[in-house]
Amino acid sequence: MKIRSSVFASFILIFEVIGIALFLRGFFPVPVRSSLSSKNKLSDLPAEPLTGRSPNSSRLPQPLFKRVVIMLVDAMREDFVFGPNGRMYMPYTRHVVERGSSQSFVAKARPPTVTMPRIKALTTGSIPGFIDVVMNLNSPALLEDNLIWQAKTAGKRMVFYGDDTWVRLFPKHFMEYDGTTSFFVSDYTEVDNNVTRHLDSTLKRDDWDILILHYLGLDHIGHISGPHSSLIQPKLLEMDDILKKIHSALISKEAEGSLPYLLVLCGDHGMSETGSHGGSSEPEVNTPLVLISPAFKRKVGMEKPGVVEQVDLTSTLALGLGLPISQNNVGRVIPSVLEETSLRDQLRFLHLNGHQLSCLLKDSMPDYEKEIGFEQFRVAEKAHGSWMKLYLEGNTSEVLSNMGKKVLKQYLEALAAMSSALSKQLGKYDMYSMITGMVFVFQLLLVLLLAMPEALSGAAAVDLPVLSALLSLPFYLLCLLLASVHVLVCTSAESSCYFCSLSWGLVFAAVAFSSAMFCILVSIATRRIPVGPKFRGTAPLGSSGGGGDWSLSELDVLLLAGTVGHTLSLAASSFVEEEHQTWYFLLNTLCLIVFQDVCRKYFREQSASEDEEEHILPSKDYHPSTYPKAEICSEKWLALATPLFTLVCCRLLRSLNQTGVQWAHLPDIGHWLNSSEHKMVLSLLSAFCLVLIYLLVQRRCSWVSKVALALGLLGVYSYRAAVGNVLFPWQHSSRTMSK
Amino acid sequence: MWDHEIRAMASSHAIIAASMLMATVIPAVALPGFSVYGTHLLWLYLVSGAVTAVSVAVFWLLGITPPTKKHTLGYKLSRFFRSCVYFFLSCLFFHTVVVLYGAPLIVSALETFSLAVLLTSLTTLRCLCVLGPNVQAWIRVFSRHGAMSVWDTCLQITVACTLVGAWVGAFPIPLDWDRPWQVWPVSCSLGALFGYLSGLVAAPAWIHYHRKQLIYKCK
Repeated sequence: MKIRSSVFASFILIFEVIGIALFLRGFFPVPVRSSLSSKNKLSDLPAEPLTGRSPNSSRLPQPLFKRVVIMLVDAMREDFVFGPNGRMYMPYTRHVVERGSSQSFVAKARPPTVTMPRIKALTTGSIPGFIDVVMNLNSPALLEDNLIWQAKTAGKRMVFYGDDTWVRLFPKHFMEYDGTTSFFVSDYTEVDNNVTRHLDSTLKRDDWDILILHYLGLDHIGHISGPHSSLIQPKLLEMDDILKKIHSALISKEAEGSLPYLLVLCGDHGMSETGSHGGSSEPEVNTPLVLISPAFKRKVGMEKPGVVEQVDLTSTLALGLGLPISQNNVGRVIPSVLEETSLRDQLRFLHLNGHQLSCLLKDSMPDYEKEIGFEQFRVAEKAHGSWMKLYLEGNTSEVLSNMGKKVLKQYLEALAAMSSALSKQLGKYDMYSMITGMVFVFQLLLVLLLAMPEALSGAAAVDLPVLSALLSLPFYLLCLLLASVHVLVCTSAESSCYFCSLSWGLVFAAVAFSSAMFCILVSIATRRIPVGPKFRGTAPLGSSGGGGDWSLSELDVLLLAGTVGHTLSLAASSFVEEEHQTWYFLLNTLCLIVFQDVCRKYFREQSASEDEEEHILPSKDYHPSTYPKAEICSEKWLALATPLFTLVCCRLLRSLNQTGVQWAHLPDIGHWLNSSEHKMVLSLLSAFCLVLIYLLVQRRCSWVSKVALALGLLGVYSYRAAVGNVLFPWQHSSRTMSK
Repeated sequence: MWDHEIRAMASSHAIIAASMLMATVIPAVALPGFSVYGTHLLWLYLVSGAVTAVSVAVFWLLGITPPTKKHTLGYKLSRFFRSCVYFFLSCLFFHTVVVLYGAPLIVSALETFSLAVLLTSLTTLRCLCVLGPNVQAWIRVFSRHGAMSVWDTCLQITVACTLVGAWVGAFPIPLDWDRPWQVWPVSCSLGALFGYLSGLVAAPAWIHYHRKQLIYKCK
């Protein structure tokens, strides 16, 4: 079947896009998001479970803390606090961790360990995936249910000083704020001083409930010189002093009878060995979490800090402040924080967290009833109900407290199971859809490559053996094989798979398409590659690409090697940042080789004709070459000059604008032209270029088009003059245009 | 059938390679503070000078240089003068090509010129020695099947290897490893030298391997 090249190309393009879309659908996991767009309200909370009688009020237990200070130090690794150098880097913190009334943990962050997703994780309790980084590039306000919104709705007064990402994510939520920009990445003193300067006055006041501080200096130092540099220690001492200041202020303000304070020291992500972050290596993922409050027992020595997930902090803070837990929260409350409260309150807190997690599970997984965690939670809830009945009857024996502890353990197991089920759903790749997508893409790519010589030839038509492929036996066998593979995979997959969820018609169409592509591929390949000498003899001379001419000239080698090399170079981050250098380089090489080809062609003919001159008899074909000699001469010079002219233009373009990361600061012509003392040069140059455009284009235009073109180009120049970039001839550069 | 020539080629290449190595080692021992990365330009000029001197001597002794048509001193001097002019023009040509590839025009002009001098002494000099200052002969040799003798094939191979080596040597420049050999023009000149050395080794080997199939058109 002969198809025109344009039709063939569009057909390939559409199906490639479908293949890539299928791959991406499998690669990016569906975010675990509650389908309800509203946020959790206090009235949504479940009642305390009670078997037998109707439940009484669904009141929350008393909050644990009255005031919370969250000190978030960007890029704080856990070994800065808990490591062997911790005593030297942060002496006061280490003292509180070892001997004060505190709880310390190592909080594991999830990749991407970049600040904005981590802030989102900490406030919503959900785990943003890589797709969130892509979809929220300019960080608009956070619309999901989150801790800050809940606090604002409950009337808590919040003060924030630090990275202005928070201000952008939560506009109008803070009673008082001062967002410092993180743009100047080489400054690590001013960014923190801008936060600390408000601290003294704020700590003296009584009118706030939550104070959030976000320090960026450590992150900047990490990016500049890494975690083992000499700048780290003074910065950590500074952070330690600030913690001491806050702690002393909170202690002095502590009043008897009221709820205690809570001071949280945490990091949003760690720092790799080179000082950067973003990945999932251990130092980047492990952050310290230190909770300081008189509500905790005093420690008697350094214990190894327990490991929790970073999002566990969200539910702990929500419950500690008496707020509803945000809807998409995946973390579970940290049990040791609740140790000092009564058993009834502990069970109630765990019940609330479990209820929230089970609602989220119900909402995001189609077969939630099969989850172990869900079952365990149901069982624990029932046991809680019967414990409540016994408790309310006034039973205070040992049996009650033992039973209560058992229910507690059941709750903790259920929470752990549900939390891990929700987290696992986020990181799963849908391998089957990915593989299917890749198979499509590669098949189409190979068909495109094999049909390329035909498609680009003069006839511009591709001969696809569709009919012969569809009527052959391998096609049907392949269809059967792929269909059976599909059924096998879909019935044995334990997770949901996008490709399996498609309707049977679509799946069968995809299977048939894939098999047909494969058969067409095989037949084109056997046609192209010369299988033996008998094919050469029988192939008609006129057919394009009959036997397949496989001798590659240097140009072909360069084009192939350059394409493959460019694709491979994208594996190195430096080459991705400086990809334009790769392009310049390959383009230059291409021009030079074209030039060499042209030289060879013309100079060899010239030398060949000169060789013939040396023979005694002037041969007959010397004469015809004299006739069109003038034409050949000008054509020759044009062909020789074109690659050189292209090279010079490319070189000019390179120095016109420096881009990339490494050499972006170097001065370039664009900079020079845009400065105000060279406006005359810029005006002349742009006027010249516009006139040149007109002269080159106007040859093919009708009279009306010529006038329109001239007016259009004049309009371009006038616009630029009005904006102030260039000058009209009657203006002097000293006079500025009034707005 | 060209065993004698192949052996002569191999030994001359060995002498040239040895001279290059000596141009590296002797100043490192004799001069204080000399290093390949540190005093790179000095080293470049030393190597170029060594290769030039040794190549001219070896080819003259072997009798490869094409004989002059006339034997007057004036003609010989004019030939020598033309060779020098071609050498200088070739330096300018390489300098232009490297600037077109992206080397800064004014800032590191001396480094770029030194690289051009190195490339010339590795490629053009050999052309001058083997073929003489005759542009037609050069065009003939570098066209597809224009090699007339074993030395022409050897010339093709070494020039191609040197240029490819210099081309490949430009790859590490965008990487941000901050190594001393990424400073301009160290990586390209080292690439050119390694290309030249591998060409010196590969040319006799290739000719020896293909000696049965090589057919040269007689002039």
